[in-house]
Amino acid sequence: MQFNSFTEVLAMGGYGAYVWSSVAIVFAVLLMLIVHSCTAKNRTLRLLRIEQERADKISQAKVANAQALFDKK
Amino acid sequence: MWKWLHPYAKAETAYNLCYRLLPYFSWLAAITLIAGSIWGLLYAPADYQQGDSFRIIYFHVPTAIWSMGAYTSMAICGMVGIVWQIKNAELAVYAIAPVGAAFTFLALVTGAVWGKPMWGAWWVWDARLTSELILLFLYLGVIALYNSFEDKRTAARAASILAIVGVVNVPIIHYSVEWWNTLHQGASITKFDKPSISPDMLWPLLLNIAGFLFILAAITCLRLANQILINDARRPWVKALVEQSSTEATSLVKGK
Amino acid sequence: MNPRRKKRLFIIVSLVILLGAAIGSMLYALQQNIDLFYTPSEILEGKDLGNGKTGAKPQIGQRLRIGGMVVEGSVVRSETNLDVQFKLADTGPMVTIKYNGILPDLFREGQGIVAQGILIAFDTIEASEVLAKHDEEYMPPELAEKMKGIKHVKPKYEEGAKPAY
Repeated sequence: MQFNSFTEVLAMGGYGAYVWSSVAIVFAVLLMLIVHSCTAKNRTLRLLRIEQERADKISQAKVANAQALFDKK
Repeated sequence: MWKWLHPYAKAETAYNLCYRLLPYFSWLAAITLIAGSIWGLLYAPADYQQGDSFRIIYFHVPTAIWSMGAYTSMAICGMVGIVWQIKNAELAVYAIAPVGAAFTFLALVTGAVWGKPMWGAWWVWDARLTSELILLFLYLGVIALYNSFEDKRTAARAASILAIVGVVNVPIIHYSVEWWNTLHQGASITKFDKPSISPDMLWPLLLNIAGFLFILAAITCLRLANQILINDARRPWVKALVEQSSTEATSLVKGK
Repeated sequence: MNPRRKKRLFIIVSLVILLGAAIGSMLYALQQNIDLFYTPSEILEGKDLGNGKTGAKPQIGQRLRIGGMVVEGSVVRSETNLDVQFKLADTGPMVTIKYNGILPDLFREGQGIVAQGILIAFDTIEASEVLAKHDEEYMPPELAEKMKGIKHVKPKYEEGAKPAY
């Protein structure tokens, strides 16, 4: 280890603010990217589910309408 | 010769392959990134000129290298997609773009944070920095172009063409430090002779370079799988997946 | 490969080559003037245009960029403010730089720097920005001492304030 104490690690020889802020931003962006990509599948599936339900409802309504028209005649 | 590749042109096979590869890439990324970062930040010796500020190299160089690597692979995917009309390759273009854009952004930000104490300026209009900034705009252009078309087929075409044409910028970035009087120093590890960085500083850097490659691969797998899903929304295999997820969702609700 | 694919491949490859050639030649043309970059000997003797000719020297009042090494023992700092003056050299001739501001941490005697400013006399530049340039070599201090025979000490560290490494 190049450093003797935790405060020295934080100080980074006077460049602590620069080194640690770049470390923080790298891991923050990576984390955001990972979270966004991991949740993508669920978002897509939910979207497709809603679409499918809507499509089902529309086709059901169409069938019901046709039935009603048929019954009238 | 390429016969063995043909099954992977099928959406479902490619989708499954993505999820089969994902754990390997993720674990390799986690191990190498953690090891490389700790080694680089705490155990590598300080530089004789720059002291501890040089440790930013462990994040700056990997993101910069893979910002160019991701762009090149994106352009290759675009070319394969357009010339051979392979759907999955077109989808891969849009899967890689956000990851590449994030890496480019990180390379620029860490470079600025490193440049301030060492060079004396956050930003300099130097050939290396400017061409890297253009790379970021190219990535954003590819993403914007893809999103601006309603028809995803046309969108993928347009984005692929921009990706292919923009690849001209990649050698410009790499050779900018040799062609112009740049403030940015020359290459340290891609020289053909001995790298000009001492071995105990080089090893953690190589670890992190590998780590960022694995994380690029892992995130690309995730995003590509998602793109395949969206693209094949009307196919039976996706409908089955949707059905499965909806039964899972209802069972969760009932369980509560 | 079927002819349609071949055609598409041909179109794309020629597009990239054409664009590359266009950008390449543009950059090559710009290279000479892109940054108004001079070295100290170019300021005093004019730019070397090859085959023995020399180009025009920069004019007084011109904005330019200059790159060179800080001459050892030439740095003069003001006692009261941030004014600093030093000499810059490359192969022999020296140019004086005047600057008011905070110098980068890497600024040392013998270090390569790039300054931007206005030529106020034939050999004096009033700099608005001074940037330090470093090479692509990274090594621990002990190794540098052994290999280059130099002991790099940051001038900032006063006695008592020991460097972290």
